Amino acid sequence: MPDRAKPVLEVRGLKTVFRTRGGHVHAVNDVSFTLRPGELLGVVGESGSGKSVTMMSLIGLLPSPPADVCGGEVLLGGVDLLKASPEELRRVRGARIGFVFQDPMTSLNPVFTVGNQIMEPLMHHMGLSKAQAVERAVELLELVGIPDARKRLKAYPHQFSGGMRQRVMIAIALACDPEVLIADEPTTALDVTIQAQILELVKELRQKLGMAIIWITHDLGVIAGIADRIMVMYGGQVAEQGPVREVFAQPQHPYTRALLRTIPKLHGPRSAKLEAIEGQPPILTAPPAACPFAPRCAHAFDRCRAENPARRSIDARTLGEGHDVACHWHAPAPQEAAHA
Amino acid sequence: MLDATMAPLVEVKNLKMYFPIHSGLLRRHTGDVKAVDDVSFHIMPGETLGLVGESGCGKSTVGRAILRLYEPTAGSVRIDGDEIPALAPHALRKKRPTMQMVFQDPQASLNPRMTVADIIGEPLEEHTTLSRDQKLARIYELMDQVGLNRAFANRYPYAFSGGQRQRIGIARALALNPKFIVCDEPIAALDVSIQAQVVNLLEDLQDRLGLTYLFISHDLSMVRHIADRVAVMYLGQIAEISPRDALYAQPLHPYAEALLSAVPEADPSGAQKQRIILKGDVPSPANPPKGCNFCTRCPRVMPVCREVEPKLIEAAPGRQVACHLINPL
Repeated sequence: MPDRAKPVLEVRGLKTVFRTRGGHVHAVNDVSFTLRPGELLGVVGESGSGKSVTMMSLIGLLPSPPADVCGGEVLLGGVDLLKASPEELRRVRGARIGFVFQDPMTSLNPVFTVGNQIMEPLMHHMGLSKAQAVERAVELLELVGIPDARKRLKAYPHQFSGGMRQRVMIAIALACDPEVLIADEPTTALDVTIQAQILELVKELRQKLGMAIIWITHDLGVIAGIADRIMVMYGGQVAEQGPVREVFAQPQHPYTRALLRTIPKLHGPRSAKLEAIEGQPPILTAPPAACPFAPRCAHAFDRCRAENPARRSIDARTLGEGHDVACHWHAPAPQEAAHA
Repeated sequence: MLDATMAPLVEVKNLKMYFPIHSGLLRRHTGDVKAVDDVSFHIMPGETLGLVGESGCGKSTVGRAILRLYEPTAGSVRIDGDEIPALAPHALRKKRPTMQMVFQDPQASLNPRMTVADIIGEPLEEHTTLSRDQKLARIYELMDQVGLNRAFANRYPYAFSGGQRQRIGIARALALNPKFIVCDEPIAALDVSIQAQVVNLLEDLQDRLGLTYLFISHDLSMVRHIADRVAVMYLGQIAEISPRDALYAQPLHPYAEALLSAVPEADPSGAQKQRIILKGDVPSPANPPKGCNFCTRCPRVMPVCREVEPKLIEAAPGRQVACHLINPL
């Protein structure tokens, strides 16, 4: 990976609030991260942790109202997407940032052929003629491993299986050679053997095309297999972020550690009892005044309940490049973490 | 642990569950979806049998058919001495308290217009003659058992989180002191941090009440944690039944092997052995392939597999496999 290269995507201090009559929900609170060319960033968290809302806020996919992206900046090649006009955003979506959603059944239009849906961005964003678009669509379907591609262009989504549909979604997202591909739980709706096929395909495509990928999932196993870096979210915030091997080998945030322990293993010794994380994830009706994990944290002390911890680098590297964690245990001196 | 001389609590033999396909103007019976096709297994008292497989393999249908929530097409199901498919409606009703079910989606399986006390109390209402006070005492006892606060007895399901709703569903299943519970994907709809809470609860209850579980799941690592033995299903049939440790250490059926190798593990060090990537998709159960069900995707397929259907045979002590590669014991 070209580590020193300029980031393709930089997100700083992103805040998203849902303003409804029933009250406000502070879904994303001060989320920052960078994505370098060719890198795969895995974003993990439970439902309601803000991982999907963060990514949808980036490219203006949330309906407003109720959603209000009320702070921060999103820099794609130096331009702030949050300040871009709807017209400019439309030129970015699908062309420079591709999106793959969780459910391949509902994200394809059932009344248009698959070919039609792949050709749409090609003609719209790249200005290809219909004949050129057909050729490129065949190429794309072959790229994602759909046999008999030219014939399959005329098929409708219901004629494809779940795994094949997700391949089509990936082909559409890749149609215009995006710099960034955002994949939101792309394998969650699939069976494990089909998931393994898609993971294999993504690894292959990364080598061939070299785009940067943001992969959202709740499955730490998937992240372990494909990501370069991992960002763990909890309660609308980034709890921990770092190179995937470092985070799995030495998780620093109590939430990351608990999460890794709570998953039963497929190999190795089998524990008699699972270590559960007691309690429930927080409901984000107010901006966080304390650490959102404090009520469930085994190591919480007074400061955790009074003050929201800032992210701190635990190695000498700049925030977002190395390993960082938002936990008061790391505030005074990193060596105290050893007692946690 | 388990006594080999004990009689099994649940014994399923050659269970078939076909759903008819009607087509054409006259809605003629033109075929069957063979959701469950000749499945046999047993579960010992106090044991947990894990039933794993991918979506559409028929694992949930097995669970429903043995409790006769569906009328099985053929086969024998003996639970605690009674032949379930042969029971008259009145006798089946009497039998219901011994066999209960925990459903996948706690949102859809709880009536939103009933309070928690009503939901947990409904089986008591139907099957017992307890007085109101006795019933309330039993409801409180059940809420304590599953870790729900008694003060919430008069709340409605919407006021609870997913994990708590699943506890309500478990309390309802326990109300009549069942011996056997079918857990149909009880944790699939829950977040990772909540799954462990519910699984620990199920294990505690099993220890305390001596329950027998059929634990249906697609989560192979969770099944490794909770099950004593594991049955792997593919396209309506059992590919392999083995004791847990033997299966996870060395799966014998090529499908079980591929399925286990496809599970991504939370270990980025690359220690995981080479993945077996299966080609293609699962065939339709309305039109299963000739010979072995798995022959269209099997990496070790032989000519005989496309012709002859393999029988489930004893491959090692306690291990049954349906594969032509396996020699009988």
